[in-house]
Amino acid sequence: MLATDNTPLKRTPLHALHLSLGAKMVPFAGYDMPVQYPAGVLKEHLHTRQKAGLFDVSHMGQLALRAKSGKVEDAARALERLVPQDIVALAAGRQRYAQLTNEQGCVLDDLMVANFGDHLFVVVNAACKEADEAHLRAHLSSSCQIDSLSDRALLALQGPKAETVLAKFSAEAPAMRFMDAGPRRVADLACFVSRSGYTGEDGFEISVPADRAEQLATALLSDPDVLPIGLGARDSLRLEAGLCLYGHDIDTTTTPVEAALEWSMQKSRRSGGDRAGGYLGAEKILNQLAGGASRRRVGLKPEGRAPVREGAPLFADQVSTEQVGTVTSGGFGPSFNAPVAMGYVPTRLATNGTQLFAEVRGQRLPLRVAATPFVPNTYKR
Amino acid sequence: MTTLFTTDHEWLLIEGDVATVGITDYAQSQLGDVVFVELPKVGRSLKKAEAAAVVESVKAASDVYAPISGEVLEVNEEVVAEPALVNSDAAGKAWFFKMKIADKSELGGLMDEAAYKAHTA
Repeated sequence: MLATDNTPLKRTPLHALHLSLGAKMVPFAGYDMPVQYPAGVLKEHLHTRQKAGLFDVSHMGQLALRAKSGKVEDAARALERLVPQDIVALAAGRQRYAQLTNEQGCVLDDLMVANFGDHLFVVVNAACKEADEAHLRAHLSSSCQIDSLSDRALLALQGPKAETVLAKFSAEAPAMRFMDAGPRRVADLACFVSRSGYTGEDGFEISVPADRAEQLATALLSDPDVLPIGLGARDSLRLEAGLCLYGHDIDTTTTPVEAALEWSMQKSRRSGGDRAGGYLGAEKILNQLAGGASRRRVGLKPEGRAPVREGAPLFADQVSTEQVGTVTSGGFGPSFNAPVAMGYVPTRLATNGTQLFAEVRGQRLPLRVAATPFVPNTYKR
Repeated sequence: MTTLFTTDHEWLLIEGDVATVGITDYAQSQLGDVVFVELPKVGRSLKKAEAAAVVESVKAASDVYAPISGEVLEVNEEVVAEPALVNSDAAGKAWFFKMKIADKSELGGLMDEAAYKAHTA
């Protein structure tokens, strides 16, 4: 038995609230987390797309990155050594999706980076947070101070009613646009709010002092339009939205180009840009941006009703013994009302509409390469 | 007419030499919202404990094993068309398949309702 099996699960500041709400708890990234509440995954998913859902994402890592010079540009310049994104041009009060890469050009983690005016605020995945923090320290500590904001909880309020619900607690938040981020007062608490999330819906992520998290969550849940949403629906929502889940759709074997994340890589960091390259694995990524990668992450729409799940091998036809790819995420899309999946295929088979077959329980099930998101996003740009 | 149960949370309604098989209300509550059901072909000869059907929730796929050996006589197309029946009426309308009981002695290894209740308590 592994020693880690005996490690007690960590708890978020909302753990007691989850139990009181009747959540079914599961281990996730070392935390005891709610996978669903009594409403169940299907209703939680649909409610988020119809009204608003409240998610506890306090297990994720929140970090502050401050340049020793005191200038946010210097922190941005430092972080650009580790990500293929333009952080220097990220305006104060704005947030951007990024990836930490390794020397092979593969993805150590994906993250959100916000410019808070005098420092950068970073949100990383729970399972990677210790490694990410160590990586940032190893590469940036000569010029930057890195603080783990472990005394803060993180709530996500997502869905078409998120704005009207949050407006009752914050005069400032409704004026934000998609990917705005910064300190805001919510329920008279000093919060960090961003207009973003990971469901494809309009919504907010709210970083709140840990000792006030339950108070804020309870206040938000008192609105009849808000239901608590577990990790089960969080996964089906992000899958319908075509968003990558780290450790499944992207990891240290995939590059951001293979993962079809070119949209997240600004011109300034590409060949010919002001600050082209200069991050770990840049050579590989720039080569792939110029010449393409041999494989690509695509959306996959099974043609039948059977969900095609993570790990299912993909084939070009019904009889071939040569596996051409693998499903990396898949399940049932409650809003799409059909199965949805994503996976990696050779670039020659990555065109929308391409017929492929997934092997499930010994049968070859037909599916087609499909555009994502499966459900249109509703961001307030 | 008796109802018997397996440790894998299936129920069997025994009528003469025919068993109607479904999953229990406890099983559906553990699975969550069922979105897909795949049933065996009529005429298939099932061996006890082999995978006979699949039931999938939003989150995961679960096999349903043949509780006893026998030939599949009939399957419930209604539950294939409307998988949510498994959640609303697991012990009734959401039966999966009927099978001919090949060996009545296999029924001896199954639980009655009281034993099953104790098993899930």
